[in-house]
Amino acid sequence: MDFEETAVKARAFSYFRAATIDQALDAHARAGDDARFIAGGQSLVPALSLRLQAPRLLIDITHIAELRGIRREGACLRIGALTRHCEMLSEPLIAEFAPLLHAAAPFVAHPAIRNRGTFGGSVALADPASEFPAMTLALDAEIEIAGSSGSRRVKADDFFVDLFETALQPGELITAIYVPLFKADQRFAFDELARRRGDYALVGCGMLATFTSDRIDDIRISFFSVGNTPTRVKGAEAALIGFGLDAERIAAAQAALESDLAPPENDEVPPAMRLHLARVLLGRLLGRLGEAG
Amino acid sequence: MSGFEETILDEADETVRVRFVVNGRKVACEVAPRETLVDCLRGELELTGTHVGCEMGACGACLVQVDGRAVHSCLMFAVQADGARIDTIEGLTESGAIADLQAEFHRRNALQCGFCTPGMLVNAHELLSQMAQPSREAIRDALSGNYCRCTGYEAIVDAIDAVAKARSVGDAR
Repeated sequence: MDFEETAVKARAFSYFRAATIDQALDAHARAGDDARFIAGGQSLVPALSLRLQAPRLLIDITHIAELRGIRREGACLRIGALTRHCEMLSEPLIAEFAPLLHAAAPFVAHPAIRNRGTFGGSVALADPASEFPAMTLALDAEIEIAGSSGSRRVKADDFFVDLFETALQPGELITAIYVPLFKADQRFAFDELARRRGDYALVGCGMLATFTSDRIDDIRISFFSVGNTPTRVKGAEAALIGFGLDAERIAAAQAALESDLAPPENDEVPPAMRLHLARVLLGRLLGRLGEAG
Repeated sequence: MSGFEETILDEADETVRVRFVVNGRKVACEVAPRETLVDCLRGELELTGTHVGCEMGACGACLVQVDGRAVHSCLMFAVQADGARIDTIEGLTESGAIADLQAEFHRRNALQCGFCTPGMLVNAHELLSQMAQPSREAIRDALSGNYCRCTGYEAIVDAIDAVAKARSVGDAR
């Protein structure tokens, strides 16, 4: 085929299918870091096709067994980086121990995209409009990263740095994500506002709270599609901790969003509109959290 | 330890051999690493029933089954599919797996130009294999990534709904 005649074709690259993490890291280094890891490819392939990226080497990591699987490890669920979005819906361990991810999964893109896209890939890309990166914040998850100097774990709170920028260094690879097991005294809620189902959300939010009877002992609330990174709203969290969920507290949390969020200028969705939608969504989700008890 | 040979960095424009099982038949072809699966299916294997629309995963015209699951063949390079089982609209038609869906689409005018139809059928096939009695809302949700610019979707949802009901009556007998 004559690729140069058509607009939506990737530039030429070499392809290497890695069998182990070490092989993948080694290949990346030997390509002078002019390489990209590919897993589900549901964001990377369009980026290559549009020539937003043109690496010399594509390293396929989907056949690396160490990156697969979901299992309990101590007080955490270890979710392998290659776990596909559709598995968030079908895997019983996710439904039981990470129900917030299970609840968010139907909102991630469309069914055929969910069949290929991976959890690790979504977190690594850190699209500020994506559901799963924001949920790692709400869940207080830890991201396990492999690099030439070994393996390290980074808290989600420290992982998202700026627009599509994370704590990942060139040549590093997410191997798994650790999520604390969901407990009996916890409640969660998730929803998003989008013009059409499957589109990127105008505003989205997920939360995880620990209760003593009806008092909130701890809560983590994370928004997406509100700025350059997924965003925890610590002012709103502080307005809720130590209290029951009554109308006054919910209003206080909604009011706190004014200083927690600074939505970017946008012709279609002005900052004031996004902030309004965030308040509406927060009110709805806290209402559901109260009813869930 | 490493399976990586640096020489491949200078071979970006050279084709590599991939093998897969397409519609039940083993095939091998020579592709450049940057060639998408849909281009390989249409260009090399002349299976032109799979359509190329947006080439960025938005329109759903290029859906095929890879190892039994619906995927966008524009969002996958052919080299990634090496070793996989691929079923296209041609194979699903030949096997009769979607004959009832096709008949119902025809009967209810669930297509006009037909460009979106292969993707619609692949998606509907997957939905009905996972959910025996989907609600109309569930059908619409499943089709949210498939664009049809002719029909307004109503007849498509009707057709899938009718097949779901007919199949569950058939199962009960």
